[in-house]
Amino acid sequence: MSNTLTIDGNTIPFTDGQTIMQAATAAGVYIPHLCHHPEFTPHGSCKLCTVKVNGRICSACTFPAMAGQNVLSNTQELTADRKKITQMLFVEGNHFCPSCEKTGNCQLQAVAYHLNMLDDHYPLFYPQRAVDASHPEVLIDHNRCIFCTLCVRASQQTDGKNVFAISGRGINKHLIVNADSGLLKDTDLAASDRAAHICPTGAILIKHTAYQVPIGQRLYDHQQIDQVSLAQEQTPHGE
Amino acid sequence: MANKLRIATTSLAGCFGCHMSFLDIDERIIALADLVEFDRSPLTDIEHASHCDIGLIEGGVCNSENVHVLREFRKNCKILVAVGACAINGGLPAMRNFIPLEECLNEAYLYGIGVENPQIPSDIELPLLLDQVRPQHEVVKIDYFLPGCPPSADVFWTFLTDLLEGRQPVLEYGLVHFD
Repeated sequence: MSNTLTIDGNTIPFTDGQTIMQAATAAGVYIPHLCHHPEFTPHGSCKLCTVKVNGRICSACTFPAMAGQNVLSNTQELTADRKKITQMLFVEGNHFCPSCEKTGNCQLQAVAYHLNMLDDHYPLFYPQRAVDASHPEVLIDHNRCIFCTLCVRASQQTDGKNVFAISGRGINKHLIVNADSGLLKDTDLAASDRAAHICPTGAILIKHTAYQVPIGQRLYDHQQIDQVSLAQEQTPHGE
Repeated sequence: MANKLRIATTSLAGCFGCHMSFLDIDERIIALADLVEFDRSPLTDIEHASHCDIGLIEGGVCNSENVHVLREFRKNCKILVAVGACAINGGLPAMRNFIPLEECLNEAYLYGIGVENPQIPSDIELPLLLDQVRPQHEVVKIDYFLPGCPPSADVFWTFLTDLLEGRQPVLEYGLVHFD
């Protein structure tokens, strides 16, 4: 059997060991995602990449591609599910886009735009979350953290450090840093670290860089995340 | 024209920025005036909404008067529209939600810099503040949402012309902004 599967009826090749997400991206098929990044081990937590594989719900970023799979992704049902997931991400944190310097460059916001999400639908939690401005060059605003663990993985896998982790469960889940004081300034994080630049939202920001590009002229103001994502992440098969 | 649609508008815990953006439809307001008439609105000074086709409401819900006005609009408007970021998630006024109300009042009226004759306002005419600012959809059923801070004039125009011409309103990619 040849190494192909179908996504929404289109035949897609894959190589052994690839996930459905990797095969889709290589073939130029965008599957919405926030916690997935091609440089890092998949985590499968945001559930935006939920697809139907032979009738069963799976996360495309963690599920292995296999010959003959019938994958559904861009369907009305799955798009509605993804919109609900995104709305839940919004109400679980405190995402006040007009006062966030990441607005227009934020992947959470961009996914919401892409899904034509016009409201939050659910009651808002307004959780009490802190800001850690202790580090001279990097700021953590926990209000905007969606627990994607990209900073955790980037710190471990690229920077060779161990600055970040997720602690607690459920609504008490939160990002912690590796210092007795609990403050970012007492970790070995440097502003040049990959982990300081990987946050898909405005939770980890580089200080002194805000508003250099005006609102309205930013990445997702005129370009949809499907095109941006593929342009950044698509590499030909086998590379 | 006998069959003009009636539109009511108001601002709850908002800054009237959405109303200003609505007026940014500029000369298109003349075409709109041929098709609609305004009921309760800051544009008319009518104080209470009567039966309307469309209600446009900006701002979140921060006090007891906001709740009454929102319910009055829901009762009187066939189609109720939450307009702007504050209407949808509380917006900037909701950033007080993380500070106990008493602390907010103390800071503003008792201990803040430059406060003279410090006292917490308690006139019976003043609506009571809610302990938190809440979005409109937590209080009444909302039929449509226009995101943005503010939604652009084109958002208002697209939405209203879609409705007036009998189409399901659709906001294309460039019209959807949360900032």
